[in-house]
Amino acid sequence: MEHLSAETLARAQFAFTVSFHIVFPAFSIGLASFLAVLNGLWLRSRDATYLALFDYWKKIFAVTFGMGVVSGIVMSYQFGTNWSVFSDLAGPVIGPLMAYEVLSAFFLEAGFLGIMLFGREKVGDRLHMFATAMVAFGTLISATWILSVNSWMQTPAGFAINDAGQFVPVDWLAIVFNPSFPYRLLHMVLAAYLTTAFVVGGVGALHLLRDRGDRTARRMFSMAMWMAALVTPVQIFAGDLHGLNTLEHQPVKVMAMEGHYDSYPDGAPLILFGWPNAAEKRIDYAIEVPKLSSLILKHDWNAPLDGLDSVPDADEPPVAIVFWSFRIMVGLGFAMLGVGMFSLFQRLRGRLYDAPWLHRAALLMGPSGFIAVLAGWVTTEVGRQPFTVYGLLRTSDSLAPVAAPAVATSLLMFIIVYFFVFGAGVFYILRLMNRSALTAMPDDDDGPLRAAGPVSRPHKDGEAHHAV
Amino acid sequence: MPFDLAFVWAGLIAFAVLTYVVLDGFDLGIGILFPTGRSRDDRDVMMNAVAPVWDGNETWLVLGGGGLFAVFPLAYAVVMPALYMPITLMLLALVFRGVAFEFRWRTERWKGVWDAAFFGGSTLAALCQGIALGALVQGIEVQGRAYAGGWWDWLTPFSVLTGVALVAGYALLGATWLVLKTEGPLQSRMRGYAFRLGIVTLAFIGAVSLLTPFQDPVYFQRWFNLPGSLYTFAVPVLLMGTTWLLYSGLRRQYDLQPFLAALGMFVLSFIGIGISFYPMMVPPGLTIAEAAAPDESLGFALVGTLILIPIILAYTAYAYWVFRGKVRVGDGYH
Repeated sequence: MEHLSAETLARAQFAFTVSFHIVFPAFSIGLASFLAVLNGLWLRSRDATYLALFDYWKKIFAVTFGMGVVSGIVMSYQFGTNWSVFSDLAGPVIGPLMAYEVLSAFFLEAGFLGIMLFGREKVGDRLHMFATAMVAFGTLISATWILSVNSWMQTPAGFAINDAGQFVPVDWLAIVFNPSFPYRLLHMVLAAYLTTAFVVGGVGALHLLRDRGDRTARRMFSMAMWMAALVTPVQIFAGDLHGLNTLEHQPVKVMAMEGHYDSYPDGAPLILFGWPNAAEKRIDYAIEVPKLSSLILKHDWNAPLDGLDSVPDADEPPVAIVFWSFRIMVGLGFAMLGVGMFSLFQRLRGRLYDAPWLHRAALLMGPSGFIAVLAGWVTTEVGRQPFTVYGLLRTSDSLAPVAAPAVATSLLMFIIVYFFVFGAGVFYILRLMNRSALTAMPDDDDGPLRAAGPVSRPHKDGEAHHAV
Repeated sequence: MPFDLAFVWAGLIAFAVLTYVVLDGFDLGIGILFPTGRSRDDRDVMMNAVAPVWDGNETWLVLGGGGLFAVFPLAYAVVMPALYMPITLMLLALVFRGVAFEFRWRTERWKGVWDAAFFGGSTLAALCQGIALGALVQGIEVQGRAYAGGWWDWLTPFSVLTGVALVAGYALLGATWLVLKTEGPLQSRMRGYAFRLGIVTLAFIGAVSLLTPFQDPVYFQRWFNLPGSLYTFAVPVLLMGTTWLLYSGLRRQYDLQPFLAALGMFVLSFIGIGISFYPMMVPPGLTIAEAAAPDESLGFALVGTLILIPIILAYTAYAYWVFRGKVRVGDGYH
């Protein structure tokens, strides 16, 4: 049982619970903003399509948010139960940031969620809009604090170390705005928006494939594809900036991402694919473009780049995981760009709602944001190993004094419960998505539409050719 | 030290925990009482009596955990491993009951499953919280800066007693909340439950109070030590007063008074525990001062907290006010 040490189990438990958790906020951050936009458009235009879409996505948001809350409560205790030494030592610095997240974001979201979901009739349109905006605002504040915490663990700043070995704050501004924070925040918020855009686009595409005249599907598909076309290039640019920042502050992580086992004194190649061979410290079957890595990272064909041979083995992250997760993220990013450009092309031709191959592609890419977000987090978190606070506190020195059987038992319980509960939740969400938002159109509007029934179909199809 | 940051923070954490206990107490209590709903309508109304506010209620638990991490990291680092199993079980139980709020509206075939999850999750969460409290009262073994006991130390007859006591207390809070939020036969049944649960809760408070001084002689001294005892004895006297208010409210069929009286009983019990603990953060050996983070952390966190807590209380009160009044069948957005 040597390989199943308490440390391995605790790491597996954190990876498992946080991976499940991040999926929900990644979706609800974007969805909350989308709902605020939909509600605003409904109030301004009084176009019932927006209201139908708001009510449709609201239900999906409620289920997602509920799962995000309960899986998030687990995270706020996981630091103590499994990583108590880390909590004791890093608590004085990151604890207050997390307390601020609770105080400024979680309460805001929770306090106004009820009004957003239940309260339109009770408080009127204006306050309901305010509540909806507050929920969206809360999700963004929450992201800000927690990414500051995570970034501090990656690029610690503004601290001293006291006699008890604790990290103690010296300069709060330097702590909050630590070197990697602005890049990570931008990259993650854009990722959440793109994740949501592709889910919304996938659902719109599904219903367009079934009925091109579905005006709720048209509206959401069009909005989602604008996001895909406009935000994906920004995200790729933001990701590049983040990567350069990582090179500056965590070069070893970049070595693992690039698969650079060796140092390249005169220009490093960009390894597109290959098989990391940890034992021999090389990439087998590598397909590489000479010197391109130096060009991307240093903006110079011949710039020297150090490899993992310049780092003690004990300070290296597991290369294969980081190498692959990085490629999955980047690959999906470019696939998203492809869909976005494809949609722009069809939109310019006036065939956005009449392009089954675009719709199929968008449907296929519906869950791509989740995979990209998970792959990105695996890259940055596994790439931080073997440290919890980069370069200063080792993961093996962060562990709680809890016996391995206790950690194994709880890990097993988390796995069973999460797959059961969140599996059911995902099933309910998919079932909600499988229905058209047309069914959520208000009665006064739904009636005539339904009465017109099949007669209006050809007309609506005809419309598609004129739509731009 | 009249103005000491650690002391102020101990008070704020105690306030967060108390707020959590009374707020989530009544919505966990509704979960505990869920099987007593005789029809689907009953259960829909019971759940909708807290659906718009439960999420905010539970956020106080996150503040309790996150706040402890922020300002008493050593206490957090010692208590969490010591209470590893009850905390983990509580979190899993909260997963079940939290998702039930949405899931049970999304399915017909599995409605029963999520109803059971709501009941089971609420009950287990309450039990684990009570057990955690009992284990904390009994004391946590610390060596250096870490927990030094085993992973079953928390399980004792006393901690099980406090666990069951909290289940009964939460059920009382839930029943009185439903007296406030419902009408007709459901309300009168809840009045009956509140009547009986009041007696059960008092019996548990009595039993726990009698046994607590024997968990550690220090507790005995803190309670029976003139002239301090003159203050401490106000607690049981006031408790009798709130009990009288509970029963007079129930008998006269007032809507709000029983709930406020049950809240009062919780506040007083909480103060009682505070008297036993002070000045310890984690009995028997870790004091508030020792467990506290450096003043730079305490001060930084305090500034925002003093600004944000009143704002939070204001909009939380507003949300409660928006959803005031009786809950009727068919309310809700589902």
